[in-house]
Amino acid sequence: MLHLVLFLVFGAICVAGAVNLLVQKHPIGSALSLVVVMASLAVEYLLLGAEFVAAVQVIVYAGAVMVLFVFVIMLLNAGEEELTKGSRVAVVLGVPGVLAGGLLVAWVLLRHSGEHTVSLGALPGYPKVIGQLLFHEFLLPFEVTSILVLIAILGAVFLASKPEATPRPTGKEN
Amino acid sequence: MLSLPVFIIASLIKIVLVIFVLLTAVAYTVWLERKVVGHMQNRWGPSRVGPFGLLQPLADGIKFLVKEDLTPPHVYRPLFIAAPMIAVVCALTSIAVIPFGTAITVFGYSIPMQITDIHIGLLVILGITSVGVYGVALAGWSSNSKYSLLGGLRASAQMVSYEICLGLSLVGVLIVSGSFSLREIVESQSGHFWGFIPKWNIFYGGQFVAFFIYLMAAYAETNRIPFDLPEAETELVAGYHTEYSAMKFAMFFMAEYANMITVASLATLLFLGGWSGPLFGPPLLQAILPTFWFVAKVFVFLFIYIWVRGTLPRFRYDQLMAFGWKFLFPLAIANLVVTALVVALFGTSRG
Repeated sequence: MLHLVLFLVFGAICVAGAVNLLVQKHPIGSALSLVVVMASLAVEYLLLGAEFVAAVQVIVYAGAVMVLFVFVIMLLNAGEEELTKGSRVAVVLGVPGVLAGGLLVAWVLLRHSGEHTVSLGALPGYPKVIGQLLFHEFLLPFEVTSILVLIAILGAVFLASKPEATPRPTGKEN
Repeated sequence: MLSLPVFIIASLIKIVLVIFVLLTAVAYTVWLERKVVGHMQNRWGPSRVGPFGLLQPLADGIKFLVKEDLTPPHVYRPLFIAAPMIAVVCALTSIAVIPFGTAITVFGYSIPMQITDIHIGLLVILGITSVGVYGVALAGWSSNSKYSLLGGLRASAQMVSYEICLGLSLVGVLIVSGSFSLREIVESQSGHFWGFIPKWNIFYGGQFVAFFIYLMAAYAETNRIPFDLPEAETELVAGYHTEYSAMKFAMFFMAEYANMITVASLATLLFLGGWSGPLFGPPLLQAILPTFWFVAKVFVFLFIYIWVRGTLPRFRYDQLMAFGWKFLFPLAIANLVVTALVVALFGTSRG
């Protein structure tokens, strides 16, 4: 009973955060609502019994990725969002589209997994189990993903490195 | 196991006690710092309020409470008010999973000296501290002043960078101990090597290097000298908390010192054997001694913090980043590889 109440409360917070993300005019507001979404998702994982995944969700997404988002927004000093003609079209087409998509997903889920709901607290999320899954059963996908991340890092280093031709500022020009 | 009412009452008592001790410790760490740094600089430090200035924290507290709480007109109010709260709440919450000693027996109930024992305790601390960055970053941004913004930017970049080294330095300990639970990590360090060297992680399989990395990264994480760039007085007035006054300013201060205490406790638990130490004397003394050893080790760590503050100058910002990424990070990875090799060849310290 308590599990269900907590699930509903944090599910509602999660959805409210996601809606707020779209409604907010300022990028900082949007980024912070995304933090709320991440944190409430972590609580939902916790309710399923996946403690390790919940902790990693908070550390990686709420603690590292979103801090970098906020950092970039602060660094660029991004201002309020400007509404263009395109964004108005997006509102007109997007809201019904999202509703239709949501209904479709809900319908499919209800149709095909009616009897098999996951009971809360059922998944044993011990770090040992996850480690065994990652390094035994899913070793190849895991390693392939890590190579993908490596390629992304190399790309970022290449994009960030300045071409050699431009002379470095010596500080004597001023 | 405890029955539910006993569990709730015991937990409430523990929470009130721990918060009281923590806040007092925060106040007296400030006093200790002013006193020790004062003596290092050939001054007296606080000496007017009470004997040895011992009542100075109380006077400071009253001053912060009765001062006018100014909110500058150009700030973004909701975040400006929320930022110090985020900082202090995150700093105070992480103490909840830290064990202070073995279980004590009160009225026939065995009560562990810890608010809550969860088997991913270490990850919870890392998670809470990583969310604490928002307090500093948002304070810098919402103040809407250039010094605050620069301080906030520096803080978030620095804390994200050094968090990686901090995490990697802990992985070695996790490999040796084989658990995320702080209580189990401490228990794996009981006993002695060859009968006289305590089986602390710092003495096992190159973990001394990990301890060094942890020390450096922890100083950067808590924005302390020599890495206190986010609040560098000479360049940024006071950095991210330039626009804050009265209790809101004090909340940042409390967060900083509470974080110091958390970091010191974590170092004690992971590297210095937690509450393990010689036990002797009557049963009552034996019940108190583990907690005493724990507090003593935390105190030594805090003293080193203050010592370093009184000794080292501040890094330049590019030096800070280069040190973190080009020296500490490779060193942490090398330590990880060496630790994994040692454990694979010789087994963990337990077996």
